[in-house]
Amino acid sequence: MITALIAEDEPLLAAALKAELERAWPALQVVAVVGDGASAVAQALALQPDVLFFDIQMPGMSGLDAAAELLDAWPLPIDGSKPFPALVFVTAFDQYAVAAFEAQAMDYLLKPVQPARLLKTIQKVQLAQQIRAQAAIKSVVSTDTQLEQTLAQLRALLPSMQAPAAQPLQMISAALAGSQGSTLQMVPIADVLYFEAADKYIRVLTANAEFLIRTPLKELLAQLDSNTFWQIHRGTVVRATAIHTVRRDEQGKLTVTLHGNPDKLAVSRMYSHLFKAM
Amino acid sequence: MVLIFVGVSFGFVVGTLAGDAYSGRSTFELLPNQPRFFLYLFLFTVSVGVGISYFFYATGKSSYLQRELAISRQQAAEAQLKLLQSQLEPHMLFNTLANLRALIGTDQQRATAMLDSMIDYLRATLTASRATTHSLQDEFDRLDDYLALMAVRMGPRLTYTLDLPPELGSQPVPTLLLQPLVENAIKHGLEPKLEGGGVNIRAHREGNNIVLTVLDNGIGLSGGAGFGLTQVRERLQATYGDAAALYLGADSARSTCARITFPTQIA
Repeated sequence: MITALIAEDEPLLAAALKAELERAWPALQVVAVVGDGASAVAQALALQPDVLFFDIQMPGMSGLDAAAELLDAWPLPIDGSKPFPALVFVTAFDQYAVAAFEAQAMDYLLKPVQPARLLKTIQKVQLAQQIRAQAAIKSVVSTDTQLEQTLAQLRALLPSMQAPAAQPLQMISAALAGSQGSTLQMVPIADVLYFEAADKYIRVLTANAEFLIRTPLKELLAQLDSNTFWQIHRGTVVRATAIHTVRRDEQGKLTVTLHGNPDKLAVSRMYSHLFKAM
Repeated sequence: MVLIFVGVSFGFVVGTLAGDAYSGRSTFELLPNQPRFFLYLFLFTVSVGVGISYFFYATGKSSYLQRELAISRQQAAEAQLKLLQSQLEPHMLFNTLANLRALIGTDQQRATAMLDSMIDYLRATLTASRATTHSLQDEFDRLDDYLALMAVRMGPRLTYTLDLPPELGSQPVPTLLLQPLVENAIKHGLEPKLEGGGVNIRAHREGNNIVLTVLDNGIGLSGGAGFGLTQVRERLQATYGDAAALYLGADSARSTCARITFPTQIA
């Protein structure tokens, strides 16, 4: 039995896609339909479907962010779990996204979904399933190639979806942590060790102080020099030269330690390629 | 002006000296003997100089004004195009068409109703650039069309109420004035909110003023509403001058209120 999950916030469109899929691919069973990114991640982990259809614009967490988070949380084959599902993005209109998908050979559907185009996507997914099934017979699978491939595609895709970087920031005005926003201080970017998203704020850590700013991490990232500051997690951006050591645990998870700061920071799979041994 | 006078005097002296050197006689000898003649000579030079200066000044000014006019026309056209683009946003259009496509197969009655709303919405948007004002009743009808489309798309995540007292129905108002505010309420307030919410639009009278409010209980005030607000402010200023005002604020932690006040009579 081949299973699928649909993440789409507009109920009529979710129902229509489900109906079209059932008609065009009778062997496929849609096991869950969810309306937001966070539920998509949770349900995909719980049900481990073979195919995912992710809408891009969803409340809370976008389809792209949900895919990145799912890639990070997906269990490895040694734990007896299924390989990472085939991922298909669905979008109404976004010429930049479409160009980016084409460039990375990622599968996508445009709304309104046309039956002929859906059939093409189905055939592509089926072919990939067959190739994988044959490979599984020949040898015991120890690495999840589908996961690695999707990771590589998404890594290349995400920067092209973000706004082009303006002039790199030199200073930020930030509230001293614990001052309830009553004291603003000019903090030179050169002093910052790392930024960490925390609820509604971003924590700004220097060698001996902590500040808070309100700018969303995505906006901040666009104003930072990407050679100086590395994103190592969905919510963490660290000064590359401040990184002291990188450790790998039994599950393959990476953690970095810093110069001049005792904090340990987790590295997600999306960014683990930054720390491949030379 | 001073520049012209200094220039002309300097030109007169230099020109006269040059002429004198050529002819071998001094014009300045006239000064003690025939001061009146010298003065005429000088005044003649001044008037010719001022005339020519004025000619260049006038042509320069008219070409400057023409350039200004062309720039302001271009800016007006760009603003109108931007307004049209924001209202006929492709993302909104294709999502609406996708919903319509889904409804045709499952619920033809709702599909027809949705198509009717879409026709009215498109017609109003495309003609809004031609008419400058329409009645408040028309304004509320167009908002109803737009919200009906969004309610089909968002399903139970969107509820809305429109509240227009009948006696205010014929009051003239700039066409689709409230549209950007309602779009902001949905796009920045309700769409990003997981469980969705409601938007309430109402009109009432306060003395000689009409007050229009757009209230939503979405994720609260955020920074992302730039173009729409600027555009509403500019249109209010152009129609009512300083007699109208737009206020945007948080009513409480979880709601956003946009409020427009303008006089019942257009100034």
